[in-house]
Amino acid sequence: MSDTLILGTRKGTVILDRTASGWQARPILHAGIPVCYATRDPRDGTLWASLDHGHWGPKLSRSRDGGETWEDLSTLKYPGGARHIVQYLPTPDFEADAPTGEPDYANAAVYKIWYLAFGGPNQPRRLYAGTIPGGLFVSNDGGESWTLNRPLWNHESRGGDLFAGDATSENHWGGTPASVDYGVFEPGIHSILVDPRDPNHLHVAVSSAGVLESTDGGETWAGRNQGMLMDYLPNPAADWGHDPHYITQCPGQPEHLWQQNHCGVFYSSDGAKHWKKVSVPEAGVHFGFPIAVDEQDGRTAWVVPARADAVRMTLDGGLFVARTTDGGDSWQALRTGLPQQHAHDIVLRHALDVSGDRLCFGSTTGNAYLSEDRGDTWLCLGNNFPPIYSVRFG
Amino acid sequence: MPTVKMTSHLYRFFPQLKDQDIRLPSGSVAEVLDGINELAPGFTDYVLDECGAMRRHVKLCINDTIVIDRKALSDRVKEGDTLFIFQALSGG
Repeated sequence: MSDTLILGTRKGTVILDRTASGWQARPILHAGIPVCYATRDPRDGTLWASLDHGHWGPKLSRSRDGGETWEDLSTLKYPGGARHIVQYLPTPDFEADAPTGEPDYANAAVYKIWYLAFGGPNQPRRLYAGTIPGGLFVSNDGGESWTLNRPLWNHESRGGDLFAGDATSENHWGGTPASVDYGVFEPGIHSILVDPRDPNHLHVAVSSAGVLESTDGGETWAGRNQGMLMDYLPNPAADWGHDPHYITQCPGQPEHLWQQNHCGVFYSSDGAKHWKKVSVPEAGVHFGFPIAVDEQDGRTAWVVPARADAVRMTLDGGLFVARTTDGGDSWQALRTGLPQQHAHDIVLRHALDVSGDRLCFGSTTGNAYLSEDRGDTWLCLGNNFPPIYSVRFG
Repeated sequence: MPTVKMTSHLYRFFPQLKDQDIRLPSGSVAEVLDGINELAPGFTDYVLDECGAMRRHVKLCINDTIVIDRKALSDRVKEGDTLFIFQALSGG
């Protein structure tokens, strides 16, 4: 179990250390800068923060001395010629600008570096980054340089190779509301899974398209959305258009994947070949953002439920974590130590993590809670953090 | 030569520019920004995106005139002009 926590918050990076007298927060890092994701590379201990500058563009920040000093990198960029089909938010406000015939194209620029993942043990300098507007970037030199994964960017589900010319297929990738803050409505990659058995086996999740899998290190990609159901398009079981909020994979049993989706909780026991909806709305388990799976037992997972997409808050003013130990057949509400009155927190997709028996989550209300016993009981780590975007054990 | 003045918030990332009297050859806005980038490598990554367009919350003025061409940055900065680099503060 890890004795370090790394929080990405609206006002900077917060690192907490477990000491003899409890968890202690260090002075805030990247003060005043929104940090949408912060994590630690388990291979060499490098700390990473994704800076979501409102004014100066997205940047990665890297510390190789445990957080004492940081170096900002501007090396993650779309190559010249990278284009995407412009998406329009389906609201009356945007309809005036929406195209009626041929698609509109835009040159790609990074709006947000939403997620970072690390290569396998035999790829010591390999990093992955997921972005809005929906590009997967790969670094083989520890983040010094980045390359856009073109097979995914040029995927037929997204219109084909727009480097070569206009679209040759229909675009099925929708925008994510998380992009609206940047004045656009474009897709985003927020989840990247590297199979611990085979680092060439990858899954990514795209809001709003669905899950894609590569078995050849990113050379080819295929949709993996069988069994997924949505409630906002005419065909709920369509191949594309799904809105995974986050996906995760059991390290000890990598064929077990979990997905908190806009339209419920989904579980796969066969490596995402088939998904099964395991929501239990009557138990409060349906809508939410984050999901965590046990490191050894692929049938045990945790979610932090929220009321509904249209009502993004706790159910009945009480904050709880739901746990299943049987692959989603049943869920247990875990409330001990969590506020049960006047609590309306929402927990975002990267703000729940597990390390051994320890779990931690943080809310956009600035509250952070930790459990040492797999969620049975919870301890408050603080109520006055800035809005929390990510929580990772380091 | 044109003068460049900028928001002090950029000094956090480029301390070498603090309190400097920045004077660069006249040219397009893009060329003047490239000149600042020579003094402080990486500077343009903060003001422009990878397509070379001005970032959304950045505003440039030549003397009292707001730079209109935010994509190609073709406006001319002439001898004796001052190029101002502002950020549009927002958020809470």
